[in-house]
Formats: sequence, structure tokens, C-alpha cells
Amino acid sequence: MSFKGSTRQDAKRLTLLLLFAPFTLWILLLVVLPHIGMVVLSLREKVAPRIYEFGFGNYIDFIQEPIYWNTLLRTGGMSLLVTVLALLIGFPVAYYIAKLAGNRSKGALFILCLIPLWVSDLIRAFGWILLLRESGIVSTTLQKVGLADGPVELLYNDATVIVGLVYTVILFMIVPLVSTLDGMDNEMIEAGYNLGGNSFTVMRRIVIPYAMPGIVAGCIVVFMLTAGSYLTPILLGGKNSSWFTEQIYDQFIRRYNWESGAAFGFLLLAFTSLVIWIGLKLSGQTLSSTVAKS
Amino acid sequence: MLIKTGSGHSSPFLYKLFVLAFFIFLAAPLVAAGVFAFNDSLFPVLPWQGFTLDWFFNDTEPKLGMFHDRRLLSGLKYSFIIASMVAGLSVLVGTCNAFLFVRCDFPAKNFFYIVMVLPLVIPGVIMGISILVLASNIANGVESGTGLELEFLRPGLTLVVLGQFSFITTITSLVITARLKKFDISLEEAALNLGASRWRVLRTVTLPYLRPAMIAAAIVAFLVSFENFNTTLFLVGSESPLTITMYDRISKAGSTPVLNAVSVFLMAGSALLALVSLLVQRDDRS
Repeated sequence: MSFKGSTRQDAKRLTLLLLFAPFTLWILLLVVLPHIGMVVLSLREKVAPRIYEFGFGNYIDFIQEPIYWNTLLRTGGMSLLVTVLALLIGFPVAYYIAKLAGNRSKGALFILCLIPLWVSDLIRAFGWILLLRESGIVSTTLQKVGLADGPVELLYNDATVIVGLVYTVILFMIVPLVSTLDGMDNEMIEAGYNLGGNSFTVMRRIVIPYAMPGIVAGCIVVFMLTAGSYLTPILLGGKNSSWFTEQIYDQFIRRYNWESGAAFGFLLLAFTSLVIWIGLKLSGQTLSSTVAKS
Repeated sequence: MLIKTGSGHSSPFLYKLFVLAFFIFLAAPLVAAGVFAFNDSLFPVLPWQGFTLDWFFNDTEPKLGMFHDRRLLSGLKYSFIIASMVAGLSVLVGTCNAFLFVRCDFPAKNFFYIVMVLPLVIPGVIMGISILVLASNIANGVESGTGLELEFLRPGLTLVVLGQFSFITTITSLVITARLKKFDISLEEAALNLGASRWRVLRTVTLPYLRPAMIAAAIVAFLVSFENFNTTLFLVGSESPLTITMYDRISKAGSTPVLNAVSVFLMAGSALLALVSLLVQRDDRS
């Protein structure tokens, strides 16, 4: 009896070990070690050709060069704006899909929402270019209708970059919102009315608190995706888009200055993590109650 | 204004208009990218010059169709190879992860679960450079130590596959975990009581139950890999996948309708795969 029990426990332990092995290999070799390597590399200073020393030189360079930290702050600020816009536009759409649409149109609308997700960033940005450039569809149409005298260039400005980014990431806001709102009992909303609340109160006191985990999850994913995006700001914003990922690319590929590129990478990661940490504290949520909801 | 629940009839007109405008916003760039593939003109601009399929099938310059464009075709080939490998690997590891997190108990499980989700929120650019740095360090170390040149650790197909695998595995793990959680464990117990071995139960009861989720996860992994740009950009060698080739065209040569043709081809491919994954999941529900 005891023998049988112990073999069973051994088998369990073996299974655990076998299942843990791929997980550990994946996380350790492809996530943890590379990031440690990146931080170590960022702490190397070039003192002479082929001679390196430990030091914070790359980070000091970052602080001393306003272009660098301005770009990082700008990227962070615009990403926050994109996140807010995505929430303001996405919430009503998600609410419509989850609560107002009839049963049949609900599934169809949800799938429609997902379609751009199946198309690459590149094609979406390409589509925006064809619509908005000087010889693009919008410009030609405006001239035909008589609203513009000559060709209108709508690309290469911040507003366009923001529209393009909201477009790229809004699905990651809508999907968690729809699934949270879907799980909400309609009777909760009706009870709010019966107790004398108006639309605004019911929204503010019942719906939004209930949807908070979904809202925060959506915001985190949207913010990270925006701050880490590369294609949309470059293609829609042109050479002056000043996006921080472009600086990283510049250091790595064009200048072949990997030490400084690694420092920039770490700074982007640290900065975005800090913003998310502040957001979680302010909203009273945790990572495991939102993104990593099991 | 947003509140009345139930059927769509009671929602105000303006609200419906807003939702409609949103869907037009969603569709606009995709339509713009698609429609010029069929315009008989050398540039993807209005006015409409008539319908043509030249941008797909024509075999002479200047209107070289995508199916005769060597560089685009080789990009397509490499994208296909990379995406298949990433899909296979990530579904394999994702299935192991699902069993690990649903069936096993171990200390700090919540912490490890968060660690599993993290690769999805780390910016792709950083995934790319960190893997590039580590791989190059190892390759340089080995080379200066033993004189051996480890070609696969230099930018190229292997690194692209590893880089994409590193975060796509999170997606497959989440999809398969969700399905495994709904599994009724008494089915396994019944099979065990009837004398089946653990291995046989896994093969004949549990894995067939997971199959729809595994296929759906593989399709998502394939598509995410096919579309990926940020991580791939830093790890790519001479074998450029399609997104990199297309990006080079857009940023250097400007836009030609052959890129619209590729867009249409990719959208059709994605739609087909989406349909397959819907059918697989529906089949299983009935």
C-alpha cells in the first residue's frame, strides 16, 4: 500500500518535472537570460577601441542628450493619449456589442472587430498611406468636392500618427472589455435604475466599477503595444516621428552602438513598467486581477 | 444614454451612428489597401482606370505581378517556413504549459503564471534586441574560445524563429489553458477505472478534447508570426520574410500596386485561416 502510494507520488513528481522543463527552458533562455544580457551590455562603456569598462556611461549619455529623453517622454505621453482615446472610443463600442446588440448581430459584430487583427500592421499602415497622402484618396476626394484647392498632405504629422496608432491597438481594448461586460448581469443595471439612478449614475457607480479589471487590462496591453510600436509611427509620421523605438533601431543597426542601444531598450522597458505600475496603484488593481487573470 | 439593455431597437440613433462610423473607420484602410490591387494603373492612386488582374499574374515589367516577382515569392516562402516552425513549437510548449498550470500544484504558481504572461506585454523591439545580444555574446564567446563559428546564433532563420517563439508561446499557452480548464476530470477517471493506462487516457481522451484549441492556437501562432515585424527586424539575416521585404519596398521604392496585390493575397489567406479555426471550434460544440 505504502509502496503504491510512493510510486504514485514519484510519478506525479516526474510529471511535474517533465512539464516544468519546457517552461523553464523557454522563460530562462529566451526571456530572462536575454534581458540580463541586455542590462549587462548596457553597463559597458567603450573607453578605447575594443576596450570596455563597467560603468553607467550609456545612461549618462542618455540624460545629457535632451533629444534622447525628450523622445522617450514624447513616446510615453503620446502612448498615454492613444490609450485614453482607445478607451473613450472602445468602451461605447464594446458596451454596444456586449449589452445592446441583439444576440445574432453580437457575434457578427465581435468578429468584425477582430478582422483587422488578422491583417498585419504593415498592410494597415499601407492602407492609411494610400488614404491620406498627397495623392491619396481623401485628398483627391476633397479636391473633387471642392473643399480643397490643391493636394492636401495629411501624412507626417502627430495627429495622423495618433489616429493610426489608435486604429492599430483599439482591438486590444475592445476584446477584454467585451468579455468583461458580457459577464455582467443585466439585472445589476436594471436594479440601478429601479433604485432611482439616471444613466450617468448607473454608468459611473455600477458599470464602470464592474468593468474595471477589463478596462485596466485593455489599457496595459494598449499602452505597451503603442510605446513599443515601430511601423505605424515610422510610416505615418515619416522621418520626424521621433518615436523611441526608432532611436533603439538607430543605435543598434545604423550606428552599430549596441551598448547604448541596450541601455535605451532597458530604459524603454523600465519607463513603460513604471507607468503601468503607477496605473495599477491608482486603479487599485493588480497584474493578476487584470492581464494575468487565470 | 448607453444604458437600456436587451435588443438593439431601443438604443438611440446617434449611438448607432457612432458604432457604424467606428466600423467604417476599421474597414477604410483595409479597403484602400485592397482595392488598388485591381486598378489598371502603375500607381495606387485614383482615378479608377479599369479592372485588371495584372498585379497578380502579369509576367513582364513594368507591371510585374506578385506571382512572378522573385523577391516577394522568396519572402513568402521564408515567412511560410518561419510561421510553420513557430506554430509547431509554440503549440507543443503551450500544451505542456497548459497541463503544468491546470493540473499541477507547485509553490509560487501565481508568480510563474504572471511570468508566463509577461512576454506578451514586453515590447517586441526589446524581445528582438535582447535575444540578438545574448545570441551574439554566446557566438562570440564560443568563437574566441574554441574558434568554432556557430552560424545559427547569427541573425538568420533560427534566431527569427526563436524570437517569435519567445512571445507567441504565451498566446498558445493561454488559448490551450482556457480549454483544458473546462475539461471534466471525471472523464479521465472513468477511463482509468476501466483499466486504461495514463498514457492511453491522455492519447484517447484528453488530447482529442484539446484538439480544437490546439488547432486554433496553431492558426493564431501562424498568423502572428507571419505578420510580425518588430521582433523580426532585429533578428533577420539574408532570408527576409515577407513583411521585411514589403517594408523595404514601401520605404524605399514607394508604393506600387503589386504591394496591394500582396495585401489582398494576405487578407484572403488570413480570412481562410480564420474560417478554418471557426469551423474547427463549431464542429466541436455540436
